[in-house]
Amino acid sequence: MKRIFVNEDWCLGCHLCEYNCAFANSGLTDMTDLKGKRIYPRIHIEGNDRISFAVSCRHCTDPICVKSCIAGAISKDGEVVKIDKEKCVGCLTCVLVCPYGALAPNENGVMQKCELCLENSCGEPACVSGCPNRAIVYEQRGE
Amino acid sequence: MNSEVNKVKHYVIIGNCVAAVGCIEGIRSKDSEGEITVISAEKRPAYCRPLISYYLEGMTDIEKMSYRPADFYDRMKCRVVYDTATDIDSKHKKIHTENSGEFAYDSLCIATGSSAFVPPFEGLETVKKKFCFMTLDDALALENALTDKTRVFIVGAGLIGLKCAEGIAQRVGKITVCDMADRVLSSILDESCASVMQKQLEENGIDFMLGDSVERFDKNKAFMKNGDEIEFDILVLAVGVRARTALACKAGCRTDRGIIIDKYMKTDIPDIFAAGDCAQGDDMLSGEKRIIAIMPNAYFQGFTAGENMAGAYEAFDKAIAMNSIGFFGLNVMTAGKYDGEKYVQLDNGSVKQLYIKDGYLNGFIIIGGKERAGIYTNFIRERIPLDTVDFETLKRVASNIAFSNETRRKKFGGVV
Amino acid sequence: MGVEFIFPEFEVVRNENRCIACRVCERQCANEVHTFSAEKDIMLSDETKCVNCQRCVSLCPTRALKIVKSDCTLRENANWQNDTIKEIYKQANSGGVLLSSMGNPKPFPVYWDRILINASQVTNPPIDPLREPMETRVFLGKKPAGIERDENGQLKNNLPVHLELSMPIMFSAMSYGSISYNAHAALARAATELGILYNTGEGGLHEDFYCYGENTIVQVASGRFGVHEDYLKAGAAIEIKMGQGAKPGIGGHLPGEKIVDDVSRTRMIPEGSDAISPAPHHDIYSIEDLRQLVFSLKEATQYSKPVIVKVAAVHNIAAIASGIARSGADIIAIDGFRGGTGAAPTRIRDNVGIPIELALASVDRRLRDEGIRNNVSLVVGGSVRSASDVVKAIALGADACYIATAALLALGCHLCRTCQSGRCNWGIATQKPELVKRLNPDIGCERLVNLMNAWRHEIKELMGGMGINSIEALKGNRLMLRGVGLNQKELEILGISHAGE
Repeated sequence: MKRIFVNEDWCLGCHLCEYNCAFANSGLTDMTDLKGKRIYPRIHIEGNDRISFAVSCRHCTDPICVKSCIAGAISKDGEVVKIDKEKCVGCLTCVLVCPYGALAPNENGVMQKCELCLENSCGEPACVSGCPNRAIVYEQRGE
Repeated sequence: MNSEVNKVKHYVIIGNCVAAVGCIEGIRSKDSEGEITVISAEKRPAYCRPLISYYLEGMTDIEKMSYRPADFYDRMKCRVVYDTATDIDSKHKKIHTENSGEFAYDSLCIATGSSAFVPPFEGLETVKKKFCFMTLDDALALENALTDKTRVFIVGAGLIGLKCAEGIAQRVGKITVCDMADRVLSSILDESCASVMQKQLEENGIDFMLGDSVERFDKNKAFMKNGDEIEFDILVLAVGVRARTALACKAGCRTDRGIIIDKYMKTDIPDIFAAGDCAQGDDMLSGEKRIIAIMPNAYFQGFTAGENMAGAYEAFDKAIAMNSIGFFGLNVMTAGKYDGEKYVQLDNGSVKQLYIKDGYLNGFIIIGGKERAGIYTNFIRERIPLDTVDFETLKRVASNIAFSNETRRKKFGGVV
Repeated sequence: MGVEFIFPEFEVVRNENRCIACRVCERQCANEVHTFSAEKDIMLSDETKCVNCQRCVSLCPTRALKIVKSDCTLRENANWQNDTIKEIYKQANSGGVLLSSMGNPKPFPVYWDRILINASQVTNPPIDPLREPMETRVFLGKKPAGIERDENGQLKNNLPVHLELSMPIMFSAMSYGSISYNAHAALARAATELGILYNTGEGGLHEDFYCYGENTIVQVASGRFGVHEDYLKAGAAIEIKMGQGAKPGIGGHLPGEKIVDDVSRTRMIPEGSDAISPAPHHDIYSIEDLRQLVFSLKEATQYSKPVIVKVAAVHNIAAIASGIARSGADIIAIDGFRGGTGAAPTRIRDNVGIPIELALASVDRRLRDEGIRNNVSLVVGGSVRSASDVVKAIALGADACYIATAALLALGCHLCRTCQSGRCNWGIATQKPELVKRLNPDIGCERLVNLMNAWRHEIKELMGGMGINSIEALKGNRLMLRGVGLNQKELEILGISHAGE
């Protein structure tokens, strides 16, 4: 199972991953169409003036969000934790339990999180392919 | 292996809500062969109880409310019997039902949940349109009775009463909520936070009569203890819930407010487990046996019970109270115990209160903040000593930056 | 403003239709050119700060940015050109010596570009490097005077200490301090992977890089920064730096602000103190003095490592090289006047020294004439820009080439030539941690390896075309070169015929 890993030594805090993510999941054909829009990426940069790193869903082995979702909207499909947008009612219980802070609502208050770009047209997670310093990688490790 | 060990196990689960589903998934995580029978008093597949207010609000529909996909029980090779269990014979390991006869079990999980508590108000029988707000049937019945002129009187300003109020707010003429407590959501909020939420609810047209309770009803009228009177068309009783422990009592299980269980979800009767709102297990923070009637807890307990019914020896000892609930767009998240030194942060209409005790985060209330509260929750659940992180940063904003970079490398960098 | 104002050299052109105000440009510009106006919800730019490093252009996700040369024009003429006039203004403003970075940008002749390479036709057929073996390996150091045999007639190994390179290229000296830790890491790892060498420069060797010792040349320069016994023993060879092509005749000056933490420890000088390398080595005033240092270093390392003496290409280079060849040095490195630097006085960089092509040709001839060519190997640098430059250098007599600017370009350098500011947006010529981390050595190493592999292929193609299948057979083979548009004197110095001859 390939996963997204972040090496904060190389994260520049440029926030490109957030834009690449938002674009990849927007259904838009040209990134310039994001102009004037607030973005709701599924990855976000945290940090201070020295360190920065990108945070996205870890697809936990034992995902607490799946177990806690009051709408049964989050499930683990194989190795990927997914949200059923139709079922989510935006109660934020998943935000309350996720130890990584990896979920956030979209513009409509429906929860979203990284689903590894498996269902959009990217092929590889957009945050990974767009990272200018290879701080975010998509790799299989130690399994 | 001898035949005794190879024998297919019979699992029975009484109840069919979140704890039951957790239990089924727990069993199947260890045993793919055993027979599972679910005895469900409600005549529908497991659905998400807390969503009934969202249903009334029009944010979901009955189909989407199902807790698991339609093929769930088939996939789990699980038989569902829509009937009511009437007795448990723990000696002969049998369950009696109203209409479906007996079911033998090797291992049983009681997940009967709770029912609405209806206090013996004087004159309650004279009220024609009165509802509880626990089940989908309750919600459907309530929906049927609503018109855009209806005056609704809700007794109880807790999670259930207020969610009901929000759910019907756009569909009725007037909503008044009363509660004995002097504030809303008294079980999860302190005074200052409660007043923030009360204001939000009032701004959205909900009226309150707090610190007061009903003395008696007379048809469409309630007479309050302080002398006030209120007329209504519909009465919703959301005073509280009581764990359904009757069956467990019959089985001989020790009960208090709920069925007493240990951290393996075992009752004191062999091969009987209990999980969910009917169970009274260990509260991690107080160390006391307490019913923590929240959905995540029901699942965790159910899952653990399932695993152990199938022969595992797994403990669930991280039960804490926690809630995330929103009213008219303003969300409040709470977790743990409000005990210890209080850190308060107010900005832009949002409120954050952290409670720190003996170097650990003990609890929090966050109103209006949507970001990453789970990081705090994790500090409570995992008992992470605050001196191992940059707490000055952490208390201002729930961020992974507060951890050491080694910890972050493990969390995000895949470094083992 | 007023008389002190100098119109910015570049304009930042932002296509407002494409800009999504993601603020990546703002975050990536250490010169603080870009800012976001929350009020207007647009990005603004202050081009007075722009050095045209292209970082923002490269990272803009919507390709909304370009940097163009300003066409705001001074009334220049052939004598008083734009740069000349602006330099006057700058000096009138500051009263200081002008500083510049990287190599001489002036339009002096580039002899590489006036030399053409031969190819075989009909007789002596070309060789296809994809089908036949091609040897790009070279050995640097003294060559034995002759074959010796023992009493049984067996060959004696009388080979002096030498370096083996998989191809005739090395990364030349860039100190840790002038370039970043990550740049060094990338160079060290790439050299190791490629089977070539990189050079510490005079900043010492960071403890993390001792493991790449077999592919490291450790330098001893006039400041003697970071020199100690373990350092000398750590490398595969030791280079005495007498001079540098970009600034012959002067020393170096690394400002105290770059002497941070690890740099200070590696250089063995206090944090924050300026690292001043004197113009001369204070113990070297003659070839005899140089010989003493060469042998001191050999003594310190038990004669196990070749010693390189690096000099700038200056007027008397042939005589100087002849002296060095007699000093006991194993390798002479000559740095031409277009060689790069992290900082040099502009006047020196632009006006001192001579082209490497001419220096190389004359040194090679002089050493041959004196019969001491085999005493030493020759390594040349100072703007070797491509595989064809390498082939031409070898045909002119070099044993190998030093490259640095090309390597930096592979690492991301966009030749904005403001290394001296310490705010390199590509994480190369800086010690600011937030900028240093922009150069991921994994990527840097990969790109260096790519570049060198590409050049190796091209060198083989060029050699194959000439019907030559090993670098050794190309070395000093000036018959393979022809000049175009060169006068008789230039051809004579280069030792090549004119095209058509």
